[in-house]
Amino acid sequence: MFELLVEMFSLKAMVRAGVAGLMVSLCAAVLGVCLVLKRYSMIGDGLSHVGFGALAIASAMQLAPMAVTLPVVVLSAFLLLRLSSRGKLKGDALIAMISTGALAIGIIAISLSNGTTSDIKSYLFGSILTTSKGDMWLSVALTVVVLSLFAIFYRKIFSVTFDETFARATGEKVERYNMLLAFLTALTIVLGMRVMGAMLISSLVVFPALTAMRVCKSYKNVMLCALAVSVVCFFSGLCFSYILEIPTGASVVVTNILAFLVFWGIGKVRKA
Amino acid sequence: MALITCDNVSFAYEGRTVLKDLSLTIERGEYLCIVGENGSGKSTLIKGLLGLLNPSAGKITYEKGFLNTAIGYLPQKTEAQKDFPASVWEVVSSGCHDLRLFTTKKQQEKIHAQMELLGITGLKKRSFADLSGGQQQRVLLARALCATQTMLLLDEPVAGLDPLVTREMYQIISMLHREQNLTVVMISHDIQAALHHGDRILHLSHGESYLGTVEEYLKSPLGMRFAGGDDHV
Ligand SMILES: Nc1ncnc2c1ncn2[C@@H]1O[C@H](COP(=O)(O)OP(=O)(O)OP(=O)(O)O)[C@@H](O)[C@H]1O
Ligand SMILES: [Mg+2]
Repeated sequence: MFELLVEMFSLKAMVRAGVAGLMVSLCAAVLGVCLVLKRYSMIGDGLSHVGFGALAIASAMQLAPMAVTLPVVVLSAFLLLRLSSRGKLKGDALIAMISTGALAIGIIAISLSNGTTSDIKSYLFGSILTTSKGDMWLSVALTVVVLSLFAIFYRKIFSVTFDETFARATGEKVERYNMLLAFLTALTIVLGMRVMGAMLISSLVVFPALTAMRVCKSYKNVMLCALAVSVVCFFSGLCFSYILEIPTGASVVVTNILAFLVFWGIGKVRKA
Repeated sequence: MALITCDNVSFAYEGRTVLKDLSLTIERGEYLCIVGENGSGKSTLIKGLLGLLNPSAGKITYEKGFLNTAIGYLPQKTEAQKDFPASVWEVVSSGCHDLRLFTTKKQQEKIHAQMELLGITGLKKRSFADLSGGQQQRVLLARALCATQTMLLLDEPVAGLDPLVTREMYQIISMLHREQNLTVVMISHDIQAALHHGDRILHLSHGESYLGTVEEYLKSPLGMRFAGGDDHV
């Protein structure tokens, strides 16, 4: 086992993949707890599809992928939040429209630019092993931003998530925190698309939070537990994918499912 | 100047007026009880006072320098979800303003004092979702107290509490009113309690409204009908 790990991480690509994945797991776990509790999990999913569309267009027009994807996804996050909080369109229907729309545009962009199916595949399902040094450092930097903003506003985010009306009534600037949350989510999604792919990134957002909520009863413990679950699942997923030669993103999702089942069992036993 | 002044305010939902032409001043340090049947617009008025809802006509003015951060609010129904993972401590402390990642000594003392006052210190580490309705109500009142030194807006604070706890709750509110000089605005369907504890009564009824001291209210036609007149008290 130990030898295997040494062998695995003697590969430079594996180390870069490990670091980038670790960063994404941390961000996704923290934001996942907020999104799940706010019933916003689908926003994460919608954003990842928008990210796919933007990425496809960027590569079709030979622009820098990050420079296009990041602002597009951030803007869409604000837009989704606005529209779904105003209740003009039903939130889930709106997200379904935007997701499929972005997906369609992305696929057209790739086919018009003579992209191959392997391009599509790597956008949709991730290509963690091609993480470059630049990508790795970018992911570290973005994670520092996400986690420190989150830590600074942790308490406010709690009160806004727990009871938005009370927070608003007692003079908190609720919109500001919702925007912050949307912004951080957008950063995390863009960051995670490389690792997990547009199709699978939202599982990294929802699973650790739901898993932690099976056994933990306070917000703080849910947060910490989700972080731990997320990191452990990512690394075991990465190892499995190396050993069994299966795609990393999918393998991480499966370890997350296993963790969820285990925690669910523990929760049931405790209650009984 | 009064803490809050309502000048002929009306409230409407999607064009349907539920409260019309209400004028009301709330003075510093008073205890105002709002009574009236279901759907008469009591909660709507409170939401208006909190600035959660804009009046469709008229104007609400606040004392100079009075901000929402001076208000503690106990909603009729929390919008918090049933299965939200939060400990009692986390819920109570979320009422405090200016919270950073770590609570300061002073904030901790304040939180502890409110929990002590409401007799929920023993529940500190319990999950909010697992508490009984009455326990939850007390936790939410403690949260409201953490948010204010000036004014409490309570929307049916005793709904769903047993008679003993109800009495205790009214006593705690009266005590806060007296000793901490809090301005209290309370909605209640318990007319006797409102008459007993309040300084003034605002009665909302479809179309009409009545505002006056407890004595005046009992002599008014509306008060006679609703509270059964003097002989009942
Ligand atoms: N969000 C809303 N949208 C549309 N109509 C509403 C909304 N909230 C309340 N109403 C309507 O406004 C009227 C007043 O409601 P409100 O909640 O203020 O009554 P209330 O006096 O608090 O009643 P209760 O004693 O049942 O709490 C009711 O007819 C209600 O149907
Ligand atoms: Mg009401």
